[in-house]
Amino acid sequence: MSSPEGDYLHIVMPDQISVRRQQLGRLIIWGSACALFLVVILQSLDQVNFFSIGFENWRPTLYAYLLWAFCLCLGQVILYGEQGKRRLFILPAVLFVVSVVIFPLIFALGIAFSSWNLSSPDGRQFNGLDNVYQMWTDPFYWNAMKNMVYYTLVILLEYIVAFGLALLLNAQIRGRKFFRVVFLMPLMLSPVAVSWMIGKSMLEARFGPISRLARELGWDNPSFFGSPEMARAVIMIMDAWTFIPLMMIMILAGLQAIPKEMHEAAEVDGASPWKKFWEITFPLMLPVSITAILIRIIFKLKLADIIINVTSGGPGGATDSVTSFIFREYRDRSNVGYGTFLAIFYLIIIVIAMTVLIKLSDRWMKPRY
Amino acid sequence: MKKQVFHDTQADLSFKPSWMFSRLLIYSVLIVWAFACLFPIYWTITTTFKAAPDVMKGNIVPWWDFTPKWLGLKSLGLSPNTIFVENTVREEFLKRFWNSTIIAVASSAIAVALGSCTAYGLSRFSYRFGFMRNSDISFFFLSQLILPPVVLALPFLVLYKELALLDTRIGLIALYTLTVLPIVIWIMRDQFGSIPVELEEAALVDGLSLWRAFVTIILPIALPGIIAAFIISLVLTWNEYFFAALLTSSHAKTLPVMVASQTGSQGIAWWSMAALSFAAILPLVVIGIILERFIIKGMAAGAVK
Repeated sequence: MSSPEGDYLHIVMPDQISVRRQQLGRLIIWGSACALFLVVILQSLDQVNFFSIGFENWRPTLYAYLLWAFCLCLGQVILYGEQGKRRLFILPAVLFVVSVVIFPLIFALGIAFSSWNLSSPDGRQFNGLDNVYQMWTDPFYWNAMKNMVYYTLVILLEYIVAFGLALLLNAQIRGRKFFRVVFLMPLMLSPVAVSWMIGKSMLEARFGPISRLARELGWDNPSFFGSPEMARAVIMIMDAWTFIPLMMIMILAGLQAIPKEMHEAAEVDGASPWKKFWEITFPLMLPVSITAILIRIIFKLKLADIIINVTSGGPGGATDSVTSFIFREYRDRSNVGYGTFLAIFYLIIIVIAMTVLIKLSDRWMKPRY
Repeated sequence: MKKQVFHDTQADLSFKPSWMFSRLLIYSVLIVWAFACLFPIYWTITTTFKAAPDVMKGNIVPWWDFTPKWLGLKSLGLSPNTIFVENTVREEFLKRFWNSTIIAVASSAIAVALGSCTAYGLSRFSYRFGFMRNSDISFFFLSQLILPPVVLALPFLVLYKELALLDTRIGLIALYTLTVLPIVIWIMRDQFGSIPVELEEAALVDGLSLWRAFVTIILPIALPGIIAAFIISLVLTWNEYFFAALLTSSHAKTLPVMVASQTGSQGIAWWSMAALSFAAILPLVVIGIILERFIIKGMAAGAVK
């Protein structure tokens, strides 16, 4: 009785829903929908100064929407009984996600094709494809995109380190729990605190302990954020330091799930440790590895906090990620329209890239035994 | 006397340099990495107690090459001699700390509540919504993880301005709930999938209603997963900076925003920044040490099928 999507609960509930109850359910749903509609119309008219009711903000619409959402959930149970109670499990989350993702995304599409400076009194002005031209000729944006490619490619190195650490933790060692807790620590730290702790104090050119060490080792004037390559590498290392535990834990879980018999069999057959790793551990770990890398990529694409706080994109945009670039674009020029367009464009690129990656990884996921 | 059957051969008893060497290598790598993980934290704690000359001389070991002073905690108004005195910095700090706590706990709790219901529904019933089946609905939720925060940030800035939700805790809670919801659903789906449906079937036969069976039978069994999901959400929401920096200004400012706004202005007064950073990481360090196994359980969910 297991369907392709797992075991389902099969129950038949005796439900007699009277006509009056159905009418009540419909009344609640449609009544609240009408109320929402009415409030929206009134507010829109108020907004375009057709007549004035004196709404200060759009809060009434929000309340009407919440009321409608609540009535929709309630109505499901009244209208459909047991079936409705099942829908109640996912309906609130669906409504929540739709209202805070889908609606703002549609709204964002509207803003993306306009020039809108929040600090100027003109308000929103539709400017067609101007933002597209501006983006096309904006060297800093493309530079940030290029940096994102570098940042993403480094994940492979992070993966190797994480795999190595997971192998060590999986080996026969004493104090495994201690090492696991310690290795997990960087993930718990707030990136903002990390950017002060490491980026601003430990890497400080005069007094920081790492600069001191570098001077001891014979580097006369250590500067970690002077040259573009160096600054980018330092940002990469700091980000890797925070997120390696995430991949390490996932890989460790995968390693522990490999049955011991496999290794024993290989040992009996006389395989060397190196061979055991390449022919047994690594192929078996392929699905877990790909999941870990995909999740890491998703987190990497959001990289911004450390960059904003340590280098704020400098020197000359060499460390900018797309997110930090748009953040500064808004902070410096408060241009919401252009910033939103850049973000939407970034989202499209990400969605395409991730779809391709997932499709490709589906093919690689099938381990060959 | 029984005759011993198995003997150690000469090769087993002899000293094995390669084995010793590999042990040594493993432990040294482990210790080096542990040092790399802990040193920044150690550095922050000790810097809290350093005066300017100690900072400039690069002293590292307390009592050995510098005498600890209460400078860092004093700058936050938390040292022994300032703790009972009226102090604006401390009030500011406590307000931010409190904001962060409320926002992180509330959004994690909401996300866990919404997410577990959804994950349970998706693992037990088959839904059909237009062309969308269960797997499509799951994908719809999980795909939110890909959405970079920057796409939502500017529209929300404008929307919240219109809704008068800018710089309020409610506004941040709603957004944070959204950012961790996919992760909660990911973890909880795994958790519910491992609970046999026979349990509910038995409960329903015994006359419990659907929701009662869920709350009284299934949720207690899934508690480890719930704790894991809650803690991971807590970590992500407590540390969140991007939305907080854009959407708050004075009233609902969180601790990371306060830390970030102070970094530039301190000059050589590292002790106060160190104290602030340390306060920002302390709650999660404690949680990480105590509840480590839940975090690991949560992160491993879905990795192993």
